[in-house]
Amino acid sequence: MGIISKVHPVRSHSNAAAGGINAALNPEDSWESHAFDTVKGSDYLGDQDAIEIMCREAPNEVLHLEHLGVTFHRNEEGKLGTRAFGGASAARTYYVADITGQALLHVLYEQLMKFDTIDRYEEWFTTALVRDDSGRIAGAVTRNMRDGAFELFTAKSVILATGGNGQVFIPTTNALICTGDGIAMAYRAGAPLMDMEMVQYHPTTLAGLGLLITEGARGEGAHLYNAEGERFMEKYAPNKMELASRDVVSRAEQTEIDEGRGFPDGTVALDITVVGRKRIHEALREIVNVGRDFAGTDITREPIHIKPGNHYAMGGIKTDINGQTEVPGLYAAGECACVSVHGGNRLGANSLLDTLIFGRRAGQHAAEQGRGVSMPSPAGSELARERDAISDIVSRDRSGRRLSEIRAELGATMDGKVAVFRDEDRLREALEKVKQLQEEVKTVAVDDRGSVFNQDVLGVLELQFMLDNAECIVMGAIERKESRGAQYRTDYPERNDADWLKHITLTANGDLPEVGFSEVTMTQWEPEERTY
Amino acid sequence: MAENYTLKIRRYNPESGDTAFWHEYGVELDPERSVLDGILQAKDREDASIGIRCSCRAAICGSCAVRINGKTALACNTRISDAADRAGADAPIVVEPMNNMPVLKDLIVDMDAVHWKKVRRVVPWLLPDGPPPEREYIVPAEAMIDVTQSMACIQCGACVGACLSLEVDPEFIGPAALAKAYRFVGDPRDGQTEERLKDLAEDPHGMYDCTHCFACIEVCPKDVAPMSQIMRLRRRATGDYEIKDRNNGYGHEKGFVDIIEKWGTLHEAQLLPRSFGDGSMIKGQTEPGAVKQLVEALPTALRGLKSGKVTVKKALLHPKLPDQDQVRRIFKEIHFKDERLELNMYIVGENSDEEEPAMGEGSQET
Repeated sequence: MGIISKVHPVRSHSNAAAGGINAALNPEDSWESHAFDTVKGSDYLGDQDAIEIMCREAPNEVLHLEHLGVTFHRNEEGKLGTRAFGGASAARTYYVADITGQALLHVLYEQLMKFDTIDRYEEWFTTALVRDDSGRIAGAVTRNMRDGAFELFTAKSVILATGGNGQVFIPTTNALICTGDGIAMAYRAGAPLMDMEMVQYHPTTLAGLGLLITEGARGEGAHLYNAEGERFMEKYAPNKMELASRDVVSRAEQTEIDEGRGFPDGTVALDITVVGRKRIHEALREIVNVGRDFAGTDITREPIHIKPGNHYAMGGIKTDINGQTEVPGLYAAGECACVSVHGGNRLGANSLLDTLIFGRRAGQHAAEQGRGVSMPSPAGSELARERDAISDIVSRDRSGRRLSEIRAELGATMDGKVAVFRDEDRLREALEKVKQLQEEVKTVAVDDRGSVFNQDVLGVLELQFMLDNAECIVMGAIERKESRGAQYRTDYPERNDADWLKHITLTANGDLPEVGFSEVTMTQWEPEERTY
Repeated sequence: MAENYTLKIRRYNPESGDTAFWHEYGVELDPERSVLDGILQAKDREDASIGIRCSCRAAICGSCAVRINGKTALACNTRISDAADRAGADAPIVVEPMNNMPVLKDLIVDMDAVHWKKVRRVVPWLLPDGPPPEREYIVPAEAMIDVTQSMACIQCGACVGACLSLEVDPEFIGPAALAKAYRFVGDPRDGQTEERLKDLAEDPHGMYDCTHCFACIEVCPKDVAPMSQIMRLRRRATGDYEIKDRNNGYGHEKGFVDIIEKWGTLHEAQLLPRSFGDGSMIKGQTEPGAVKQLVEALPTALRGLKSGKVTVKKALLHPKLPDQDQVRRIFKEIHFKDERLELNMYIVGENSDEEEPAMGEGSQET
């Protein structure tokens, strides 16, 4: 077993999952309540069998992490304490200040150091998945970033845990590494993607840089105001107010901004001062720093200007409840996967949970399956192909556009035309632009011709991955002619269960993906009107 | 409102066969943007071969620690206008790789060879006694908040790059790894507290190798205050477990504190024997091991006599402070407390001043 990562594992973007992890662990709470909130949050596009599994297994997962050493917040009795989070009918979010994801990631890395029989390939960049003649997964081609050497890792199974694709949009809360590599590689290897149009815009991000202000702030009681000093969520979600689900709050903010009630910088205000300074320092320390360092605002004393910003991909590689994709031996878990537990809209503090539950299930399933199959023997031609692709880029003459220009143009296009409010015309324009950029990237020039940490050439591969992601996001958004969850079509403003209560799948097929559909699994919750 | 800045970046390409060299890049950015934004703009517009690890842009992934105008910091949370101010008028912002770690390329250093090796040294995982409970471990809320300060470490290595002790003793376990050690020592769920402390005390490159220079506290972007964590390791080792280390850290600390309690100022002539005698003046002058060390330290004492730093009179009759009673009162106050009070960033928030919300119904902000 080996773990391959293009960054040192503790640099991964799970760090940014600040607010916490949901679990119905309190005796007064129930997994059914957690599951219903998740189903409703998903706008009924989530698969209920998968959601049931996630919510049933959540309490034990949190306890397991606690036993491994995560320094979860305690209540006065010394037991695990909770905070409130959006779209939830009970306070069931367990947390470590506002560094929950970081704490989980670092504790899991501690465990990796403890069990050092697991080989780690840190700063190895995976360029392609490899299948054998039967179509089964056979391994992956990777490049050691330190010296540029290529390696073909042969494996009975490959589990992708490569995260989201937020960099397709600019601005985004996502880290620079979130370029959808795994999603694109699986797609190219023939695995269908699902619900790619479902892109979450987080309600509280900084204008310009796009950095995240955790939902924990609203969980702790912070309010949203427009420029007229009005607590506008009263109009949109009179019961849950600021803690309605994210798609609802983001749309409300965008409406306020679009209708001229925002601030001149295209924002509304998040007032955290109501939380109280001691509690802010104890529970929201990180955003005190973010406010100070990146917005010049002391959040303990004044409101901070925020707006909806790209945050999370609900869609991804289609998997079953064991993380299996439709390519035998290929698994996916976490943000790159679409089980789907998040459907049209993910609830806050469900992403770490999804990653952990289905990551574990994928690992266990792959281990069991692995016993019964022999080690595949890939042809080996992939290695040469990938190596040649790199040398081709490096030796190319400098007639093409700069990588950074194409990347910036892609990001602006997606944020401009495929964001909170969408319509057919602008989506078509976006698709056209993506296709144009896909052509231009073929001649993109690089400055770095070396082998050691050549981030430039890997940036080209990432951009190609991003363009595949972008194409599928736009295709899904064009296809889904209704408004559900994060997909809001101004030309189809209603949810349409009769025609669209189904997943959209996209499979690689030449110039444009082949569109397919798959049923949403229902167990006990029939679709209802969704109000907060 | 974009302004022009000049970044002077130290470049090094191991494949070129050339030594490191400087190159200046002009960038145009809003003053509140970061040095990392500047470097990324230089990459985007001028030379994409500049090597720097970076990812989150928000000081949480810990990738982009470099030296900016000589001071170690995360490039992403150093404002470019601040860096320009510190560089001085018409001087470029100087960006170099961190110290104390081998450079792999440009601003990229070998964290594995130094930082992570040291982290692994402190057995960086929880070692509870026995199997876990059915539910969670029941532990005081304050204890979890307490270790969360070292949990906040993002392993960026800034403190390792800035550590002066590491420059002298590359084997020193160093600030980041020792802060990580406190994360387990301070965790009531860990069952190896004494063993961990003993290990770190007895290692000659362990917790007593820190020289209190504060560099790590100054550069830490997450307020982990590694040196404070090291001091807490020491306090627990001496105060709770009376762990005696190879280089007399225990005796030195005990002797120092006792001297201050008695006289109020440092009694130079007594510090050495007390340090060698586990803090005791009598033991320091009678125990064979201590006497041997004392004899070995004679040249130092003679140098002190010669320079006038120590006189025979001062050595025999060290005066008390005029207000020594006040010093003793402080000691009494501290000894009286049941639990040790620690400064911790997660509990610095002021308690009482609950103010009116900055924005309420009908309030205006334009």
